[in-house]
Amino acid sequence: MPAVWSNVVNYFEVKTIAEIRADFPILNTKVYGKPLVYFDNGATTQKPQCVIDAVNEVFTFYNANIHRGVHSLSDRASEEYEKAREKVRSFINADKREEIVFTSGTTGSINAVAFSFGERFIREGDEIIISNLEHHANIVPWQMMCDRKNAKLKIIPVNDNGEIIPEEYFKLLSAKSRLVAVTQVSNALGTILPIDKIIEAAHAMNIPVFIDGAQGIQHGVTDVKKLDCDFYAFSGHKIYGPTGIGVLYGKEKWLTDLPPYQGGGDMVENVTFEKTTYNELPFKFEAGTMNFPGAIGLGTALDYVLSIGRENIAARETDLLNYATSILSGIKELKIYGNSLAKISTISFLLKNIHQYDTGMVLDKLGIAVRTGTHCAQPVMDRFGIDGTVRASMCFYNTKEEIDILGTGIEKVISMFS
Amino acid sequence: MTVNQVQDAIVEEFAVFDDWMDKYNLLIDMGKDLTAIDSKFKTRDFLIEGCQSKVWLHPELRDDHVYFSADSDAIITKGIVGLLIRVLSGRTPDEIISAELYFIDKIGLRQNLSPTRSNGLLSMVRQMKLYAMAYKATGKK
Repeated sequence: MPAVWSNVVNYFEVKTIAEIRADFPILNTKVYGKPLVYFDNGATTQKPQCVIDAVNEVFTFYNANIHRGVHSLSDRASEEYEKAREKVRSFINADKREEIVFTSGTTGSINAVAFSFGERFIREGDEIIISNLEHHANIVPWQMMCDRKNAKLKIIPVNDNGEIIPEEYFKLLSAKSRLVAVTQVSNALGTILPIDKIIEAAHAMNIPVFIDGAQGIQHGVTDVKKLDCDFYAFSGHKIYGPTGIGVLYGKEKWLTDLPPYQGGGDMVENVTFEKTTYNELPFKFEAGTMNFPGAIGLGTALDYVLSIGRENIAARETDLLNYATSILSGIKELKIYGNSLAKISTISFLLKNIHQYDTGMVLDKLGIAVRTGTHCAQPVMDRFGIDGTVRASMCFYNTKEEIDILGTGIEKVISMFS
Repeated sequence: MTVNQVQDAIVEEFAVFDDWMDKYNLLIDMGKDLTAIDSKFKTRDFLIEGCQSKVWLHPELRDDHVYFSADSDAIITKGIVGLLIRVLSGRTPDEIISAELYFIDKIGLRQNLSPTRSNGLLSMVRQMKLYAMAYKATGKK
């Protein structure tokens, strides 16, 4: 047993791990008669009862379209929606509520910026810098923008540990660079990128930075003011909130400057057939009926995370990562991909001569949910010359016992296929 | 044996096992037993889309019968494609086109594979039927 685990104290002063797990009804599920071991938190996290209740309450007690009605239900829904915006603002420490735009998710946020920023600022020959660790969602929208504008995508390479190479990044920064768009955390390998340094170097050359926070926000404290990033995006469903809701943070000066992404209701101030003027921030970027039950659920999820404590979550997950790394490293047929010292509680691995799909299928039958494949990050797989991995992504409600079950499960897989 | 007799035999072989691990072990054995495809056919042309693992399927028409050979980089998938070959290989195009593959449901393969994985299985069946239709339409290769 690693020292770090044997010294583990109960980080959750507010709740025991049993109480925490009881907050998430799905964790009691059995699959194929075996207790569920949910290690696919990188794909989506489970929801605490309070989030499920919050969304139910919207539909049960005050469902009405927001920002439109004069009636009581609409007022209540609008008020709760705006309260959720304030919760998001405070959670990431943005300056103003005008800087918080609700979207459908991280993908929606990236597409919005890629379109609007591209229309406003990108000319032929300009360059956008991304990294080799990006999820497809932080590649394809920029590629589409580059195609439209005849601009170029530049890629920060990664080393064998799955870390970006800073010197190579510095070399890419030039007078042609218009935007740096990188992920906070690699979804496929779990690497935490040094975004503070990435932002600092870009800003030294007056280049704005977009951060894809989909895999970062839920694992610790993210302070957009301290980071000084120009844009930040994340998804509700990866931080214990509902699906179909996400956030785009943008500094007010950028959001003011950018044209709207989509046209429609609510995003306008005045419409005539000759000319339309746009609504003020953040509504300029919120066309159509927004997912207000999702936003309200997300607000509740953020409250829940704060009630546990983000430092507690980070400490707990570090312990889980260390324990899992020691257990899995002890299996000689197993190779871990992504060995950065800075990692979230995600382990990507392959078993010698065993296809990731075979591993995943058998683990599933043992009640263990992992993800297999390229994790929507094919360039990462190409970098390591593989066509996929098995990914166990843990979060604070997971336990050491579950990691033991995974270890035993992997041994079983090895014995079945060798 | 007819297509359905082979299907019934497979269903019987799997019925012996209650536990999914045992069924998987059987599939793994079948995968290992599958006659290897000629490596010159392991190309993009013979790759089936829609599977999480790679599946190569090669058809050949001999004496009005279609013979399939296949391979996969995942052993369970190889077992599954091996089952399909057992049922459909060496049949006439008409037999393949009209075959109703109920064994997939009966041995619990479909319900125990997620939709995307299931699609992989269905892609294999569809591809086998497409080859049979093509042979029927052209008369021969």
